[in-house]
Order: sequence, then structure tokens, then C-alpha cells
Amino acid sequence: MQAFTLLDGLVAPLDRANVDTDAIIPKQFLKSIKRSGFGPNLFDEWRYLDHGEPGEDCSNRPLNPDFVLNQSRYKGAEILLARDNFGCGSSREHAPWALLDYGFRAIIAPSYADIFFNNCFKNGILPIVLEAASVARLFQEAYESEGYRLSIDLAAQIVATPAGEVFGFDVDGFRKHCLLNGLDDIGLSLQHSAEIHAYEERRRQRSPWLFQ
Amino acid sequence: MRGEGAERQGLKTVMTAKTLYDKLWDAHVVRAEPEGTTLLYIDRHLVHEVTSPQAFEGLRLADRKPWRVSANLAVADHNVPTTDRSHGIADPVSRIQVETLDQNCTEFGITEFHMDDPRQGIVHIVGPEQGATLPGMTVVCGDSHTSTHGAFGALAFGIGTSEVEHALATQCLIQKKTKSLLIRVEGQLGAGVTAKDIVLAIIGVIGTSGGNGYTIEFAGQAIRALSMEGRMTVCNMAIEAGARAGLVAVDQTTIDYIKGRPYAPTAALWEQAVAAWRDLKSDADAKFDRSVDLDAATIQPQVTWGTSPEMVAAVDARVPDPDAETDPVKREGMRRALEYMALTPGMAITDIRPDKVFIGSCTNARIEDLRAAAAVARGRKIADNIKIAMVVPGSGLVKRQAEQEGLDKIFIAAGFEWREPGCSMCLAMNADRLEPGERCASTSNRNFEGRQGQGGRTHLVSPAMAAAAAIAGHFVDVRNF
Repeated sequence: MQAFTLLDGLVAPLDRANVDTDAIIPKQFLKSIKRSGFGPNLFDEWRYLDHGEPGEDCSNRPLNPDFVLNQSRYKGAEILLARDNFGCGSSREHAPWALLDYGFRAIIAPSYADIFFNNCFKNGILPIVLEAASVARLFQEAYESEGYRLSIDLAAQIVATPAGEVFGFDVDGFRKHCLLNGLDDIGLSLQHSAEIHAYEERRRQRSPWLFQ
Repeated sequence: MRGEGAERQGLKTVMTAKTLYDKLWDAHVVRAEPEGTTLLYIDRHLVHEVTSPQAFEGLRLADRKPWRVSANLAVADHNVPTTDRSHGIADPVSRIQVETLDQNCTEFGITEFHMDDPRQGIVHIVGPEQGATLPGMTVVCGDSHTSTHGAFGALAFGIGTSEVEHALATQCLIQKKTKSLLIRVEGQLGAGVTAKDIVLAIIGVIGTSGGNGYTIEFAGQAIRALSMEGRMTVCNMAIEAGARAGLVAVDQTTIDYIKGRPYAPTAALWEQAVAAWRDLKSDADAKFDRSVDLDAATIQPQVTWGTSPEMVAAVDARVPDPDAETDPVKREGMRRALEYMALTPGMAITDIRPDKVFIGSCTNARIEDLRAAAAVARGRKIADNIKIAMVVPGSGLVKRQAEQEGLDKIFIAAGFEWREPGCSMCLAMNADRLEPGERCASTSNRNFEGRQGQGGRTHLVSPAMAAAAAIAGHFVDVRNF
């Protein structure tokens, strides 16, 4: 996993609540057995005017000019600004894979769905929670000023605006550590193999029906 | 279970009252850091074709093996056709995904129910049906509707592919405990009102993010009165309320359901297990972080009108007016939803006319669901405006049971199609889908934009309500039907 430390990135505002994982990456693209290549199909049904199929070259598909990511001012955005309950719906990790493949490294929203939030951390994406009023202000600023950027410092747990205004955010200590260092969870957990074996033995004694 | 919980209490002589969630959590802690990050042991891992290929690939790349092969059970469900399977899967991309699951299960020695196995079906129907889901377990699967298994007093939740790989490699997950939410539904449901209506009504009250950061325990007289099928329907949609997991305490209904199932313990082990399972309930004086109360008697048959499960109304209500909403983000969401759904404020829900009807999914494709729909369809015909009404049983065994009861004949005589088991048009990864602009009465769990096919419009209802809409050609109060 790619480490996340500092990010100074262009902001794209996606002004809808309850953006679900079916919208982030529609089901037909879940048939892939790979982890990469989902970026061109991120928000496929909102982004294009035709119906997309897996394996299709997206470069000649008709774009929906009303969709925010198709506006030239947001080209190259790395920070997605979103509303409440972002990423609700299915557990598909294809959603963060698609966001990452497109180029997003951080999301800022008032709240996220639980599984999506968790999946982001496993893929080097930082989902930041700010109060709804702060997010609303950032939306306003992103609309008003073309080329609007934010800087994110994970170690210091702050988001800074171009005017120097600073928003602090909370992040779980373990997740922060893994993200800052790009650590693989499985390797970390396997360091505790002896404890897992010992637990398993106790469980086998007490609940033998689980080990038939 | 009791023993492990007590052990973690150390030498404390006074036991604090615990919720069911506390008991399940405490019994699975392998190690916990002081700030709460916990290595949690996983008893059962269910695997399907969509979220597992990259996890198996990860194992191969790191030269790792599954920690405990027998904890895993696999079945293909999302991509499988629900029509004649004798020629395999027509869509080459879907076929490769199912074949990849077959190859991975063979390579790693994991038990899989293949597409032609009568036990094949939707993973969340197959697990409980086989007794592979048992009280007191932790159950995970790379699918958000894993919350279904909480109906058995098991801690069950959906995970992404990285965690599928983690569960395979370590038999554990890295987790933090959630807060606890008690939802009590007291009183008695009216005739024609079902578990689906209970859970839709709950989501209507607390919203799709109302359960964010919580594990929900569903309790109260109306929940205890539900069959296991009904409890699974309620827990299935805990995820639509944003919760990590849903739970129902173990009682005699739970134990009676499990007895005799293929993976359930037998003889002396059965007695030992049942004795442990009887403790899987919240202590009388346990404290929850939050509680919500609903009166079952006030719950009416529900129909969603929008593009989020919280956009729901009673069947005798009208489509709401966004202008009456004070929150600007919500108001805009309602406007967008009504535009997408092609509905106007003030329109009677019963004037909404579906084009297609789907009875199926991990929410509502168990035998009881099919019986409820068949009771409505018996001796009637689907309306002329219904292009297709399909019944997709949750598993091969549900299908067989329904056929033994003659339900297939009732459906076919009424003009429904009787299909092979799978996820089907709940998410339309196979050939079953809505065309742009088509409207569907669906017993599934998500009415998101495009969920059942690009441009498709989904109304979530109970099986009886879906069958009644198929017959009437519009939504109708099944209580007067």
C-alpha cells in the first residue's frame, strides 16, 4: 500500500448526500478479477451519457457535461469533497480502487458508511471527517475559486485552506500509523500468530462444535 | 461462550451487565491494544465469486495459505444465470469470475457448492440453511448483507476484499468495537404486515446513516414473534441503516431452526452447544449507547418512493413534497430522487404502476417469503402492464421445498416466471435487469439509482406486496387484497 503523509491537491466538490457504491462503480465492472483499471469507470453512470461495459475503451464515450468531474477546472483533482454517508451500500472494495485509480487520495465529508470507510484505509486513501458546517464552507470556497486546493497533513491531522484556515480532524491511531508507513495489515497480524493459535486452542476446548 | 467472557473479566467478582454484542465481542478477542484496536477471531468465513479473486491472488503473491481451511465455505451467487444452466454462463466475463472461484477453492482446498449443486444459492441463504451459521459465531463475508446472520445471535458483518484476504490468512480481523443501539419493536404486527415492513419502517425513522458507528440489537415482542426467516430479513437490512451489524438474541425459535441442519452439531456436542447458546442475550440491566422504540401496531405495509431505503412511506400515503423539507441537502436529494423516479409530490403510492416485479434476494427469497407471495398469487393472474414478474428462490433447497409444496405451479399459473437460485435482479450482475426507465416492485434491499439496471427505478416492498402489485398492476394495500 502506498503511504499517505502530506497532500496538496486540487479539490472536486461532489454535492450529493448518500453517494452509494453502486454510483461509485456500477456492478458490471465488478466482474473483473483484478484490482486495477477501474478509474475510467468511476461514477460511470453519472459521468457518461451511454451505458458502459467492462473492457470498453472509455476515451471515445460521450461525456455528461453536467457531471462535476467532467468540468475542466476539476481535471486532476486528488481530493473529493462529499456530503453525508458517502460510500453507503455494498462492501465492494472496487469503490476505493476506482477512486484511487482515478487519482483521488483523500475524501472530505461529514460522514461515511462503515465498510467503505474501512476499505479506504486498506488502499492508501484518507477519508477525513469534518463537521457538516465546515464541509459546507469548503464546498462554497471550492465553487467560488477556480483551482481551489487544500493541503492535508496526516501526521499533524490538519486540513489547511489556501487562506491559511486550519481544520483539525480525528483519525484512529492504528490506522494513521499504517497509512503513514504504508503498512500491510496481514503482515502485522501474523506477528501475533502464537496468540492466535493459543486463542484457537482455548476456543476449541470450550466450543468444540465449532471445530468439527 | 460464558467461560470465555468470564475469563476476560479476570478476578473481578462482580460481573457487569453485558449486551449481547459485548458478550460476542469479548468471546472473540485474541488481543487488544489499550486504545481499543483488537485482533478479533473469525469463526466462519463465507466466500463468493465477486469479492474474493483479488484476495486469493494476494495470498498467492505473498505465498500464504488459508489459516483454517474448514472455517471457509464458498458459493457462486452474484453472476449465475437464473435460467437454464445446462450450457453454463453465456457472459464470458461472468463465466471467468465463477471459474476463478472454482479454481481458487480447488487450489486452496475450500468447500464450494458449485452451480449445479442443489445446495447452491445466495450465500446469506445458504449459510443458515446449512447450519454453517451458528449462534455465538463471528461470521464474515465480502458482502455487506452479511449482517443477515446476526439473526442467529452471531456477530456478522460485511468486509472488503483486503479483509477477505486478511480473514483467509490470519482467521482474524483488526477491528474496533462499535457503539450499541437497541431497537425495540413492542406490540403485535397487524395482519399482512411483515418483517420487511418492520425494517423499512425502522430505516424510515432512523435514516440510512442512523446506525453509522453502531451494532443494532433488534428486540421486543414483535421481533421475538418473528420466525428465523423474518429475523434474517430484519438483520439483512441493518446495513441499509448504516450499522456494522444487526443482532437478535437466541431463543427457542433459533435453536429449533438449527437442529438437524448439515453443519449443526449433533448428540452430546449439540447439548453442550445449546447450553452455551442460551446465554446469548443481553443481560436485563445491560446499558446501550442509544435506544429507539417502535410500536408494531402502527407499522403499515411499506413502499419506497425514492433512491435511498430511507425514502419510504406507508402504502396508503402519498409521495412527499421536497418543498416541505427544511434541510437543504435533504431537499435537493428528494428532488433528484423524484426526478429520477419520475414521480410527482402528492401522488398516491397506490397510483404507482410497476413494469416488472422481482421476488428474490438475500432479503426475501426464503421459503416463508415464497409462501407469502404465493398466497397472494394463488388463483390470480398478473396484470397486463407487467412485462415480467419473476420469482428467484434463494437456494436450490428453497426451490426444491417450494416445488414440493406446489408453490411453483401457483406462480406459473399466475404468469410469474419460476427461476434458478441466485442474486439475480437485486443487483443485476447477471442477465436479469431493468431497462432504462423501467419501474420495478422488488423484494430486494437497495433502491439506489441504477441498482437493478442503468436508469431502472426500484420500489422496495415485502414479498406479499410485490405479488399484489404484480396482480393489480399498481401498488396496493395487501391487507385489503
